[in-house]
Amino acid sequence: MIVFEGMSVTYPDATAATLRDVSLTVARGELCLVTGESGSGKSTLLRTVNGLVPHFSGGLLTGRVLVDGRDTRTHPPRELADVVGFVGQDPEAGFVADTVEDELAYGMESIGVAPDVMRRRVEETLDLLGLVDLRHRALRSLSGGEQQRVAIGSVLTTHPSVLVLDEPTSALDPPAAEEVLAVLVRLVHDLGLTVLLAEHRLERVVQYADRVLHLPGHGDPFLDGTAAEVMALSTVVPPVVELGRLAGWAPLPTSVRDARRAAPDLHARLTTAPGSRSDAAAGVSADVTATTRKLCASYAGVTALRGVDLTLRAGEICALMGRNGAGKSTVLAHLAGLREPTSGEVRVGGIPPATRSLRSARQISRVVGLVPQDPGTLLYATSVAEECRDADRESDLPAGSTAAVLDRLAGEIDAGAHPFDLSEGERLRVALAVVLAPGPRLVLLDEPTRGLDYAAKARLADVLRELTARGASVLLATHDVELVAEVAHRVVVLADGEVVTDGPVTEVLTHSPAFAPQVAKVLAPGLWLTVGDVERALVGAP
Amino acid sequence: MSSPERDRVRDRRHLHPAAWWLWALSLAAAAVRTTNPLLLLLIIAVAGYVVAARRGDAPWARSYSAFLSLGAAVIVIRLVLVGLTGRRLPGRELFSLPSVELPDWAAGAAVGGPVTLELLAGAFYESLQFTALLACFGAANALASPYRLLRCLPAAVYEAGVAVAVALSFAPQAMVSVGQVRAARRLRGRPTRGVRGVRSLAVPVLEGALQRSIDLAASMDARGYGRRRAVTPGLRRATAACTLGGLLATCVGIYAVLDPTTPRALGLPALGAGSALLAAGLLAGGRRTARTRYRPDRWQGRECLVALSGAVTLAVLVIADRRGLVALDPSTQPLVMPTLPPLPAVGIGVALLPALLAPLPPVANPAPVRRMRTAVAA
Repeated sequence: MIVFEGMSVTYPDATAATLRDVSLTVARGELCLVTGESGSGKSTLLRTVNGLVPHFSGGLLTGRVLVDGRDTRTHPPRELADVVGFVGQDPEAGFVADTVEDELAYGMESIGVAPDVMRRRVEETLDLLGLVDLRHRALRSLSGGEQQRVAIGSVLTTHPSVLVLDEPTSALDPPAAEEVLAVLVRLVHDLGLTVLLAEHRLERVVQYADRVLHLPGHGDPFLDGTAAEVMALSTVVPPVVELGRLAGWAPLPTSVRDARRAAPDLHARLTTAPGSRSDAAAGVSADVTATTRKLCASYAGVTALRGVDLTLRAGEICALMGRNGAGKSTVLAHLAGLREPTSGEVRVGGIPPATRSLRSARQISRVVGLVPQDPGTLLYATSVAEECRDADRESDLPAGSTAAVLDRLAGEIDAGAHPFDLSEGERLRVALAVVLAPGPRLVLLDEPTRGLDYAAKARLADVLRELTARGASVLLATHDVELVAEVAHRVVVLADGEVVTDGPVTEVLTHSPAFAPQVAKVLAPGLWLTVGDVERALVGAP
Repeated sequence: MSSPERDRVRDRRHLHPAAWWLWALSLAAAAVRTTNPLLLLLIIAVAGYVVAARRGDAPWARSYSAFLSLGAAVIVIRLVLVGLTGRRLPGRELFSLPSVELPDWAAGAAVGGPVTLELLAGAFYESLQFTALLACFGAANALASPYRLLRCLPAAVYEAGVAVAVALSFAPQAMVSVGQVRAARRLRGRPTRGVRGVRSLAVPVLEGALQRSIDLAASMDARGYGRRRAVTPGLRRATAACTLGGLLATCVGIYAVLDPTTPRALGLPALGAGSALLAAGLLAGGRRTARTRYRPDRWQGRECLVALSGAVTLAVLVIADRRGLVALDPSTQPLVMPTLPPLPAVGIGVALLPALLAPLPPVANPAPVRRMRTAVAA
């Protein structure tokens, strides 16, 4: 279906090729997963399939790419629109029409499908993706999961034989991600669609993949094989595979179900091991950093929060979870002083953070640091180095402090690069450095793992632990259960603007099927959350 | 739910956008015929009532009040400017501003001086007329989205139209980013005002907007925007010839019609031939695009009635104007109390009928259906 013949891609002004000598064939009906660290060329590979690289991006593509027999050298993206459906990283950025129904029809109108056929396909697609209730809704009013489903639906209506998706679940909460993936699997099974998808969150997708391509980056040769084969060698693996490696299971399990079947032996070893995470609350002091009491918020006629009580202590990492639109970001905005509560009170370090004057805003900004969902909004300099210098000056820090924090976080970021040219993960790290440099006592992170690979997540986890060791509190709004399992002491679950659960991480995550990390699912009913826990227990066991 | 009510729910549909635009344009043309503030206020009220009764719940449906605020701003600015620099004619003086002597070359203009009631009333009538036009335009925007109107364009110019629509969506999106970036600025404890504030605001907003446009363009391209169907070279040449010839003939025609010295036989025929050629060019050009329409809006009885109600209003005002009805343009020099002429008032009242005649728009959100997801936590 898709044939790459000795393809290499070099972007303009790049010193080295992003992809070098890629030769492979993706067969009809395959669900092929592309993995790799940030910046390894996953998006580039996907975008060559419908010709966006190089027709749209510029750069030099040698070799050739054939999709259903059409050469992308002679067929620009619009001529491939009936064969390849492409869904980019941010679905909202790709919407052309106003309403769901018009958006679904847009692609068909462009390629000239007959009106009665269009009508039928729109209805079929609405049913297939469960969008019937939303058909007249404005696209901007939909939640992230709904938008993602509309984006998939809008390319499905043209009946493409190839579907290309760039990180389709990175912005979604676990249930919404399950929904989207279930749809994809169904499309592969029922319609024989060929799917090529890139994803950082392997724990969500790897079990569905017929084939995995791992790009090591820097144009090095890639790994290619079944999920189990590639996972055995890959540098980025989901927790279940890591657990399998640790326990020495063969063949390596890629799904929770396979792992559970291999697990009885590990269960036996663990029952004799010391308890899982008795030290969960260690390091948390009694000092309160921030509180909200009966916090209510509403804007544009919608009630976002209904009486949220929250207490954050020094040295604590608290995870704020809940589905898209549950009010997580609103809680963060109140703690950062961006909004004034409709009723109830917010205190950070004893004072209300919502203040009008710039001087007190500056004081607050030393106490509270928020990294918003789109970290790019924090950055405005024309290079990373300038951004760091600006941040030092604004916060009266000794020169080089922000750059030092960034070095610890990121390792290799080109200091001369423009913030907008960085990958999403790199941009997040620059924003984090800017926020963390003044050493705020309360750090608020909104969805910090979007676009981060496992290595970057591990570095983020280290930084967060170090912050709390110095007595800061961290509040983390996220969908990423694996990160929560790794770092959090406490989990607060919001639903519909109310706190539904507030408890220690082990308890909350192991008691809920939607929020359980992979290790907890495999080792249930044992209270194990991460591979690290299991490893420590095994080392300690006789 | 009772059965008539259910019928009405089933009958919900979008009125053809062209019908709303015709209605609104007729109303605007009627507003041009009068400076009577009572009639103008009546037009604004009629437009507002119809919008309130028949708009959908899409984002653009709120544009009426935005246009109205713009109109109010126009009135205030105009009154201030006229008060400062208007022509000084005798009348009832309200107060006097210190006047500035202007050099000879600026004779006729004046700055400061006595501000009379007559002066302000004249300015108010004129700017109110402009506000009424804005209100009609805002009503058309609120009732039929520009995007829906675009879908009625002929295939040959449709894609240019989409590009325009995308360009128009820049402003509201930029406003959203300004909000986001200002919030982020505050987080870093940085100024959001002043020169530095503006610079630090403008860079990310513009960069963000540019990034979004590129993303959108990539998405449109990937979804087949601008696909061309293979046509014979003959048809392509014919299209180019028709369009070029049509444009030339139209130019000649317009020139001839406007310039009384050219022979009369040249004007209208050239204009007619030019339009016909242009139409043929558009039609032929349309065959190059493979584009089809999904659920095109249909022109039905209700559409005729809505367009007709606007036409009646316009006709009444035009007839009243031709007859020289004094109440249409109440004098401000000397200032007389404007009266409400009954016939034009009734005529404007006819434009209120779409509030009853037009079908209700579909409900975007039939009921607050919350999909039950997996139970959140034990």
